[in-house]
Amino acid sequence: MTSVVVSSPYVAQGNTLKRLMIQVIIALLPGTLAYAWYFGPGVIINICLAVLLALAFEAGILKLRAKPIMPQLTDCSAVVAAWLFALCLPMHSPWWLVLVGIGFTMVAGKHLYGGLGFNPFNPAMVGYVVLLISFPREMTTWYLPNSVSGESLGLLDALAYSFAGADIRQWDALASATPLDQVKTGVAQGISISEIRLSPVFGDFAGKGWEWIAFWWFIGGLWLLFTRTIRWHIPTAVLVAVLAMSLLFYLLDPEVYVSPVFHLLSGAVVIGAFFIATDPVTAATTDWGRIYYGLLIGFLIYVIRVWGGYPDGVAFAVLLANMCVPLIDYYTQPRIYGEK
Amino acid sequence: MLKLHHFHGGLRLDGHKAESLGRELQQASLPERLFLPLRQHIGDHNKPLVKIGDRVLKGQVIAADSALICAAVHAPTSGTICAIANYPVAHPSGQADTCIVIDVDGEDDTVEPSLADLDNLTPVEMTELICRAGIVGLGGAVFPTSPKLSRGKVQGIDTLIINGVECEPYITCDDTLMRYNAAEVVRGSGYLQQILSPRTTFIGIEDNKPEAIAAMKQALAQHPLPNTEIVSIPTIYPSGGEKQLVQILTGKEVPHGQLAFDIGIFCQNVGTCASITRALEKDEPLISRVVTITGDNITQPGNWEVRLGTPISHLIELAGGYRHGASGQLVMGGSMMGFSLSGSEVPIVKASNCIMVMREDTIPKSPGYHDECIRCGKCTEVCPAQLLPQQLYWHARAKAYERTQEFHLFDCIECGCCSTVCPSRIPLVQYYRAAKSEIRAARKAQFKSDHARRRFEFREQRLLLKKQQDEERRRLKREALEKRKSLSGETAGGADPVQAALDRVKARKKSAREDSR
Repeated sequence: MTSVVVSSPYVAQGNTLKRLMIQVIIALLPGTLAYAWYFGPGVIINICLAVLLALAFEAGILKLRAKPIMPQLTDCSAVVAAWLFALCLPMHSPWWLVLVGIGFTMVAGKHLYGGLGFNPFNPAMVGYVVLLISFPREMTTWYLPNSVSGESLGLLDALAYSFAGADIRQWDALASATPLDQVKTGVAQGISISEIRLSPVFGDFAGKGWEWIAFWWFIGGLWLLFTRTIRWHIPTAVLVAVLAMSLLFYLLDPEVYVSPVFHLLSGAVVIGAFFIATDPVTAATTDWGRIYYGLLIGFLIYVIRVWGGYPDGVAFAVLLANMCVPLIDYYTQPRIYGEK
Repeated sequence: MLKLHHFHGGLRLDGHKAESLGRELQQASLPERLFLPLRQHIGDHNKPLVKIGDRVLKGQVIAADSALICAAVHAPTSGTICAIANYPVAHPSGQADTCIVIDVDGEDDTVEPSLADLDNLTPVEMTELICRAGIVGLGGAVFPTSPKLSRGKVQGIDTLIINGVECEPYITCDDTLMRYNAAEVVRGSGYLQQILSPRTTFIGIEDNKPEAIAAMKQALAQHPLPNTEIVSIPTIYPSGGEKQLVQILTGKEVPHGQLAFDIGIFCQNVGTCASITRALEKDEPLISRVVTITGDNITQPGNWEVRLGTPISHLIELAGGYRHGASGQLVMGGSMMGFSLSGSEVPIVKASNCIMVMREDTIPKSPGYHDECIRCGKCTEVCPAQLLPQQLYWHARAKAYERTQEFHLFDCIECGCCSTVCPSRIPLVQYYRAAKSEIRAARKAQFKSDHARRRFEFREQRLLLKKQQDEERRRLKREALEKRKSLSGETAGGADPVQAALDRVKARKKSAREDSR
């Protein structure tokens, strides 16, 4: 009897990539449901469409690259990327917007670099930023939460808008700038924060609806930490940096700089800290590296929000930090055993 | 109570220990033939001291060498040498190596033991006896014990650590030895104390072995040793690695590029202690060891005291044969660091702590498809050497071997933790082993080519020097000639030199003619 030589360890590996991805999807559920609760079913349509298109793009490009299709198609990484991408879009988006964005996410963001594990930039953020720059009107048409507008688009209306290009004007009354956007334009016009916050879109802490969605992203993030899908370094660093920056300027002048709580619970800070910045492929990998990486993202988010051209800065902050990862990793190598 | 320290990373693994602990330690019967590889240790090859047809007795030296890092091989029983040739041996490469084959006669006749007066032996004499017994570290590294002791004695030892941790899954040979032979282990530790005179001694045992701890405590009570403590340590793989155990028990790290005795710590496995006892008390060399036979494809897993050289197939028979089918995947060592064997004819050697008999579908034949690295860093969390395994993998895969060394490839202890936790199921350790052997091969080739280059350059230099010397000699000659010429020119007062030469020849011819008359 002669057996083939295989190298140890000989252990059945239980911890698979797919299991990690499924944990992320589970963690996304509460926030996603809250989103749909406050803003109607449009976000669900976006997610379903983005996931289907992402899988189609993934299968197609794997075939073109002559790679085994099923293992990668079923690892759920495309589902997670598409889901995160869809959450960045305005709640009612036409189908072609999703198509173009997810196309960039999967093809340019992921596979042109060599596929999962080789992409230096967060693919979902690549797709989102391409849309933000290319289609500013569509990408900034947001809608009021149900509790403010008193009515919302039903499933059929939302579907009609997404796919049939139904006339947008009949819902003009529902469209509104996001709370972050209102703060930015208000401050630019010299209006004080306390006056800006009189607008009905503001709730107890931040934007109505948004503040509670952020809370559910936080719960999902805790789930990721609890299941050890992610580690604490990046989310903590992002949140601490945003908190520190916003607190500093808030204390300097609370009528020009909005409160730290508002910053933390607005826009994509919480989902960014727990779900986007923690994408392992594009994040730093050493413990200290992750802390610096998170701090950099938090710092950039605040800088872009307050002094940049966009109301929110998570996507740009993440992409800029992605560029710094090789440098961060190189200079934060841990001390090895026995080394002084 | 000793304060224990932590080492970085590690894993809580499913131990698979209960399977092979169901029965007492048994004596394995003698097979028809024993196959004894000439080299069963780290170090130089032995030379055979017997020839085909010789009758050997149990305990007789059959192969040895005078090199410093070497351990002799003894006949495990009496019989006749029937072959000295290449046979399959336990090696990851599956290569064959020279073995002395003994046709067992079943008499088990022993060499007359010469018992030493142990109380009056010096450390050097004791080390010499241990050397003669061919004892090596039985924990897996098989480093010859006597040179290690000599070096330790020179360095000065503060702490002696007896390693009964046995952290690797499936292996229970040390556990069994401590349960049924604790006295020998304790007395062996005493002899090590006699040689090294350490200030403190720790006997480290993982807390998943309460029976072994109890047996050892009892043995220590009956045979008290000075400043010796049996320490129960948490079950976290790889706590039995020398560096990890040093850290757990002393809080010290073995400095990079140094060995434990450089910081006054000496580690020895419990199995080695037992064989030291036998060597010193009974003059019995290392001819047998406890071996665990376990796995999901063996009918009666258990532990046997096995003579070295016994083919594994014989042990599989003793353990009731394969549970499923007529064959299985054989692994020497545990599931984390063991290696696949080429077949069941491979003999037990000094390093064989455990033979895993696995179903062929339990162990994949080839690594096959794995997902790509997503840089999740789980490997970094568990790495006891505190390396960055995913960076190492990246460079090893790209064959950027210089970079792998910058990321401390050679500090990897190949414990397998990273491969175990990898969500992409990348056989990381396999990549590191491949990179290490490539680098070693390149170093060897580099050494050879450097050597050749040095020789070539030396030759060139030598030829150049010779040429210069020749030229110098010629120049001096020429100058001397010219000097003489000018001198003779002066004395001859400008006479025609050609005419003068002709005259000289004539004169010589003339005188020659006169002589011949």
